[in-house]
Amino acid sequence: MTRHDDPGGAAIRLEGLRFAYSGGAAMRFDLKIGASDIVALMGPSGSGKSTLLNLIAGFEAPDAGRVLIGGEDVTHLPPHRRPVSMVFQENNLFAHLTVAQNVGLGRSAGLRLSSVDQMAVTDALARTGLAGKEERLPHALSGGERQRVALARVLVRERPVLLLDEPFASLGPALRDEMLDLIAALHREQAMTILMATHDPRDAERLSKTLVFLENGAIAGVGATMDFLSGRRGPAAFDRYLGTRKAPQ
Amino acid sequence: MTARRQGQGRVAAGVLALAVIGLLIGGAFFGLGQEALTAWRSALSAFDPYLVRVARFTLWQAALSTLLSVAPAILVARALARHPRFFGRGLILQLFAVPLALPAIVAALGVLALYGRAGYFAPLFSALSEERWPGIYGLSGILVAHVFFNLPLAARLFLAALENVPADQWRLSAQLGMGAFSSFRFIEWPVLRAALPGVAGLVFMLCATSFTIVLTLGGGPRATTLEVAIYQALRFDFDPARAIALTLVQVALTGAIVLALARLGAAMTGDASLPVAPRRALFPGRGEKGFNAAIILLALAFVAGPMAATVIAGLQADLGRLAGENAVLSATATSLVLSALAALLCLLLSLSLVMARRALELARAAPVPGLLERMSDTGAAMVLIVPPIVIGAGWFVLLRHFGDVFAFAPVMVVTVNAVMAMPFAMRAVRPAYDAASARHEKLCAALGISGWNRLRLVDWPALRKPAATAFAFAMALSLGDLGVIALFGSDRVQTLPYLLLQRMGSYRTADAAGIALFLGLLCLGLMFAATRWGKGRG
Repeated sequence: MTRHDDPGGAAIRLEGLRFAYSGGAAMRFDLKIGASDIVALMGPSGSGKSTLLNLIAGFEAPDAGRVLIGGEDVTHLPPHRRPVSMVFQENNLFAHLTVAQNVGLGRSAGLRLSSVDQMAVTDALARTGLAGKEERLPHALSGGERQRVALARVLVRERPVLLLDEPFASLGPALRDEMLDLIAALHREQAMTILMATHDPRDAERLSKTLVFLENGAIAGVGATMDFLSGRRGPAAFDRYLGTRKAPQ
Repeated sequence: MTARRQGQGRVAAGVLALAVIGLLIGGAFFGLGQEALTAWRSALSAFDPYLVRVARFTLWQAALSTLLSVAPAILVARALARHPRFFGRGLILQLFAVPLALPAIVAALGVLALYGRAGYFAPLFSALSEERWPGIYGLSGILVAHVFFNLPLAARLFLAALENVPADQWRLSAQLGMGAFSSFRFIEWPVLRAALPGVAGLVFMLCATSFTIVLTLGGGPRATTLEVAIYQALRFDFDPARAIALTLVQVALTGAIVLALARLGAAMTGDASLPVAPRRALFPGRGEKGFNAAIILLALAFVAGPMAATVIAGLQADLGRLAGENAVLSATATSLVLSALAALLCLLLSLSLVMARRALELARAAPVPGLLERMSDTGAAMVLIVPPIVIGAGWFVLLRHFGDVFAFAPVMVVTVNAVMAMPFAMRAVRPAYDAASARHEKLCAALGISGWNRLRLVDWPALRKPAATAFAFAMALSLGDLGVIALFGSDRVQTLPYLLLQRMGSYRTADAAGIALFLGLLCLGLMFAATRWGKGRG
């Protein structure tokens, strides 16, 4: 497994990426994201947010086009060879493994951990506020804590790209803010490029610098998050999607 | 409380269903008990070395059958789970469902047609071993037939468990770079291990209480199980005392197994988070692909072999003459009527129990289910402890005091077969009913929809498809059953399996093969048509 000793972020480029589920409409993505940027992916359900993330992570194979991460063509690499970590909305943890084991999987898929790896796990758990919960099983954790474990695993994996697929959709507002702040803190340490699919403009406002708006399986707009949310320079379709829920000024 | 009132009708229906089951089983035990009291001396003397040998063989063949079915099934299920787009995967899965609907006697004939002394493989085996192939009878025949039935069943059950692994976990494993071994250790094995006690237990029970296979493939006193010994004691030796001794041992044995399994399987509750998994991110290596393909193809050949042999042997029979024979025609009519009635009764009883269980679950305040709820939950499983032959034997002994035993054949076949199919029917109906109830219960209470209206407007639309499946399943099971009818059958009341057994017994092998093909197609056609019907309307 390739580990990146100097984490930092990596730029992402999608070139003429085409994809369709069998029987579904054709999607097309062209996108450039700068290294270490934090990007919010917004758009109606079915607009292709998750598909876009799955294509970057390598869970889906495109029909045409290329995915470049850090200038390297990863289009034909299997998921674990890509410099990417992903956190899902749920099911990020194996229910029968302890917290420490779940994080340790980020270092070795066979759980063969060196003492350095074990220190990294302990350290990551401390930084995500889970110190002392190493031996717990996931069902003994709250929803927020489970997502923290997933983030701790992201930390030990040290990949330059982090994909978040609506990871806090099932958390309450206060917990959500806490998690967003945690991600911001992790970003300050590792400076990874972050793509986060979300429905909530407050998530985008709190965390992201750039906002990508998707509609009908294509990118309908890219710009600074503040511009979009203030309603001044976003596309009209984005304002319709947002409705009256503009971010507070 | 309204929740309580809402459920009263459903609970009453469940109590009635339990009463029917109780009467059927209780009557059998009454017959056995009464006989045991009057003839206790000879019953006691029937506990002899023969009985011990039979009991030991029953357990031994069941254990071997379970091991040989379940271990390969794990590999097969895993291979199928890791290749969601394997060529012909859907077809293979359908083929694996066939043994479930195939009558045991048909499968036994298929196994004989393939591996028997005069089977299609006999020349090959004779050439390989350089002596005349003796054919598989006895333990080897029983094992092959049991694995033929239970390997596909276990594989499907394990696969169903694996299908419940959330798609995100497969993605996670791909992202973390888990190879075949790590993926097995962290993803597949925990799921399989959780399903193992239930699956192995089911297979063990099916094999320990298997009657037809042992009757047709077992040979002599060396390869006889308790059930076959009960049948022989009643039908050939007419020795009720021995039958009672055997029955007691059978009930004690299966009861002990069920209890042990309930202990083992009690920890089978996991938190279920089940997002739909239409696509699976899997990247098996080339070596693993080859290994999995080999596993799948081997299992396929093993399962398809006896089926193909049944078809080929059946087509060689004089089908035209058989179709015109009065005995065949009347046995067909008898079989269809009795099995349809059994299936209807089975569905009614199962639905009553499922509804009662749900109503009781909703009405209770305590987290622990009460006695009645647990009985409506596991009442149907009683037939596993008390196999059809035992119920049949009990009533056989009891009814002979009230005239001609064989005159009761239709009633016995319908009721026992109905109850026998209940565990399967309940498994088909219960999830749909519970899910519909979870969605609609509050709404029904708010709108005051209950009783017949609720069944018709709210529950039936959700139940139609699983009910059709349950009905078809029960009917196919009953149509192919050779348990109760083996005891109660006579020249007056003959079903197709009974006729088949008679032709086998009088060495009219070609006739038997023809009838087997007909019976097999009847069961499969029924199954196919009803699932179609269920899908079209559901």
